[in-house]
Amino acid sequence: MDFLSLFPPEFIRIIISSIIIVTFIFVNAIIMVYLERKIAGHIQRRPGPMEVGPHGILQTIIDGIKLITKQLIIPTDVNKPLFRLAPLLSFTPSILPFIVIPFSKSFQARDLDLGIVFILAISAINVLALLVAGWASDNKYSLFGAMRAVSQNIAFEVPILLSILSVVLMTNTFSMQGIVAAQNKIWFVLLQPIAFIVYFISGLAETNRAPFDLPEAESELTAGFHTEYSGMGFGLFFLGEYGNMFIVSSIATVLFLGGWHGPFPLPFGDFTNIIWFMIKVYALLILMVQIRWTYPRVRFDQLLNLAWKYLIPISIVNLLITAVIVKL
Amino acid sequence: MIFYKYISEFLFIAFIMLVFLGSLLAVRAKVLMHGVLGLAVSILGVSGLYFYLGSMFLTLMQVLIYVGAVCIVIAFGVMVGKTPTEVEGLKLKAGIFGMFVSAVVFILLIFSIKKTSWKIPIKMSGDFSIEHLGYTMLTKYCLAFELISVLLLAAVVGAIIIARGGREEINS
Repeated sequence: MDFLSLFPPEFIRIIISSIIIVTFIFVNAIIMVYLERKIAGHIQRRPGPMEVGPHGILQTIIDGIKLITKQLIIPTDVNKPLFRLAPLLSFTPSILPFIVIPFSKSFQARDLDLGIVFILAISAINVLALLVAGWASDNKYSLFGAMRAVSQNIAFEVPILLSILSVVLMTNTFSMQGIVAAQNKIWFVLLQPIAFIVYFISGLAETNRAPFDLPEAESELTAGFHTEYSGMGFGLFFLGEYGNMFIVSSIATVLFLGGWHGPFPLPFGDFTNIIWFMIKVYALLILMVQIRWTYPRVRFDQLLNLAWKYLIPISIVNLLITAVIVKL
Repeated sequence: MIFYKYISEFLFIAFIMLVFLGSLLAVRAKVLMHGVLGLAVSILGVSGLYFYLGSMFLTLMQVLIYVGAVCIVIAFGVMVGKTPTEVEGLKLKAGIFGMFVSAVVFILLIFSIKKTSWKIPIKMSGDFSIEHLGYTMLTKYCLAFELISVLLLAAVVGAIIIARGGREEINS
């Protein structure tokens, strides 16, 4: 009997897509860390990493090997099972949303009817992971970092939901492919500019990126919730953060920037759509990096005021106006 | 051997085990935070059962609301409030009483399950899809829907008033 006929195609598809997704997360983190250090260097008028390989291009790979081979130090007073569980709990929710991200019309692990709701539900687990990490570390800086992360995430989840809703009202579907298909004429960033800006600011806050990186503010909290982690424990938080950045940017691309639709065709055959998608996502990622190295960190009360007093009212008004225009 | 045919059975048992072990952890944990996480695990198991029943929407709502909101609020309360990290075990007397009560409930349940004549439903008696439910809730049962939201609002406002003890100036 043929070996392949033992497995249904759906089963093979699951295995292949999981391998691609996990590989992609690692490769993306390596590229993004290198880009971030280079951009940060040039913003501060220094060359950035230069030693390993031409223009330091192998630096992040070496750093990754260093992280993997480092000893895992577990402090004596921590809550051991939770301390070891937290990095895994933080990394998993950054893998799962890749299932529904549409890289092109056919290059997608699975198109769920509730694609965006799926991502929002999964990202809720991430908050729990930060909370567990901070609590289990038995360190006041970690605890403060975790509490800041949770109140920040809860605050900024509301404007994210509202701005996503105003797009969903226009497309009448939660499916990622459905939303992309609705933008073949005009991208939603032109119809919903306010929702896009609100989403992008809240997305920066959700991923704990500067200027909203209060959960890990070095000057006040050492390193926030991952103060006590070493080696790959820290590495998983780090990978999770870059995975989350990619997810936030790709949702922005799908919802507002036309997904895999390109303004003009490129000479890559079937890969054109994937390349357009990647160009848009990486443009947003580089914008995120640039924002991080340009603006100073906000204070915590300013952060919460921004969410509750500005972004939420703006997005509610935007949602109401959208509802009136669409349903009239 | 075609093992993939048993994947769904395996998943079903795994979800049941998640619910079972999670709720066991939630009640038996000595550290309060472990209890909260046990609750989260058992809720994830329940959402898995919804997935097994074919309702993606309920699955995601279960995760979004219970893990994402309720568990985090409870964990927040545990961290902010001054609670003992180690909770004492039950007293012997209370343990015996608890065993007695649960044995009685168990026997009653077994009796009622045995006595009932179970009928297998042949088909659904109406449209129970999420679309239909949403539509009727905003048209036919609009008043009930609005009343529930007013009730929730009243509960939230009441909770804030009780927690803050009225509107006084906070001296800082």
